[in-house]
Amino acid sequence: MPILEVQSLSKSYRQAGGETTVAIGNITCQVEAGEFVSFVGPSGCGKTTLLMSIAGLLAPSSGRVIVNGKEVSGPPANLVLLFQEYNKSLFAWRSVLGNVRFGLAARGARSTGAAAAEDKARTLIELVGLKGFESHYPWELSGGMQQRVAIARALAYEPEVLLMDEPFGSLDALTRLELEDTLLRLWAELKTTILFITHDIEEAIYLSDRIWVLSRRPSQIVQELKSDFSRPRHQVTTRADGRFMELRNDIYRQIGNQGAP
Amino acid sequence: MNQAKPFNWLGWSSFALLLVAWELGARATPKLELYFPPVSRILSALGQALAAGSITQHALVTLARFAEGFLLAALLAVLSGVVLGYFRFLNSLLATLIELLRPMPSVAIIPVAILLLGIGDGMIVSVTVYATLWPILINTIDGVRNIDPTLIDTGRTFGLNRWRILCQIILPGASPYIVTGLRIGLSIALILVTTAEMIAGSTGLGFFILDEERAMNSANMYAGIVVVALLGYMLNRLFLMIESRAMKWRHGMMARQAA
Repeated sequence: MPILEVQSLSKSYRQAGGETTVAIGNITCQVEAGEFVSFVGPSGCGKTTLLMSIAGLLAPSSGRVIVNGKEVSGPPANLVLLFQEYNKSLFAWRSVLGNVRFGLAARGARSTGAAAAEDKARTLIELVGLKGFESHYPWELSGGMQQRVAIARALAYEPEVLLMDEPFGSLDALTRLELEDTLLRLWAELKTTILFITHDIEEAIYLSDRIWVLSRRPSQIVQELKSDFSRPRHQVTTRADGRFMELRNDIYRQIGNQGAP
Repeated sequence: MNQAKPFNWLGWSSFALLLVAWELGARATPKLELYFPPVSRILSALGQALAAGSITQHALVTLARFAEGFLLAALLAVLSGVVLGYFRFLNSLLATLIELLRPMPSVAIIPVAILLLGIGDGMIVSVTVYATLWPILINTIDGVRNIDPTLIDTGRTFGLNRWRILCQIILPGASPYIVTGLRIGLSIALILVTTAEMIAGSTGLGFFILDEERAMNSANMYAGIVVVALLGYMLNRLFLMIESRAMKWRHGMMARQAA
């Protein structure tokens, strides 16, 4: 049984003028436990709407989302969404440690005792490479470090499924590569299922097992592709593989063929 | 913001100079003694009043009324501000009433309060609560409404229920606004307590000041003014001290953004 199923999901908005905009056409897909899957699509294709619907933060207009065999009607307990805007989603009034401990408390880890929770939070902070910054506030950190805090906070919640909405989209290129590797390392270690959204084709190939190419609005899955490069992957050798470029060009044509918006 | 501000020598020197000028001016014009007694006479009147304990009694009464009014207003205003900020329907329902009542000078409510409650502590505390409510209420509503929806969604995706979102996200998120409201409310509360005591009190610093004026004891009147000024100054300092601890994260953030 897949851990996550999306069945004929569509979402439309009634706009101020009374017109209806269809953001998501009709999306059906399945994610197996432990997989790393990405949606890749042009900007403005309703990626965020799609992820918000899967996360139970937006009600779909039709279709349904099933997590672990249960239909989603609100935010599911075993799933967490990581936002692109780390500067808006981190708690400015909590330190790095406080933010990560929020994730633990939300899971209900309080019963394990304060000392155990603190240890666990510190371990996670170390895992995302922020040892020594536990008592810093988010605004004292760079963008990349803030997103690391957000990742640690999300992982503290121990979700079975982690949804990520263009998490590295506003970071510089080098930081982005670093965080991709951090994420892959954590994913391998914690065996979380990850559903990732990006407009960066190479990022999708580098990270994922499978990739769904999305069309422009109303978004639909145009093609499913496998990215079966051996793991652990490497920023130089994996990307230097001839098939990597072939896959990249394939996807690029898929997206490019749709013409300018 | 972390280190204490250096002592403002220039500011304090000019203040001292003003006092010296007052003292010399008052001594040079004995005919104006009733209006401007020398600073030294005000201070000795203050010393005597303190020694007799009468002014201390009045100050404690004023302080108690202030504390009761301010804390009650803070509690009421933060609670209703959160509710009004959160539920748009309620806010629309009451927005016009709030917009009309808020700009009205709050002292205008004192006769109504006397009519309804008579003269006494209840009346004084009530008008103080009424006046202090507005800045805290308005700021709390603004603060709650200005919370980024992403923060609320973060709480939801982590499975928080409404109550925990309120306590763990909305209240701390709105706290910079709430603190601004409280700080404005602090000054207003002291103004209202003093004014109400002047109009309908038989105790308190407001009563003391007006009573001494009527008895032509202008040095005592000024002594009362000095005490109420000191009270305001100390309450404000106390508030800033608590605020700078509680809102440490905010000050650092603002300093970073300004740099």
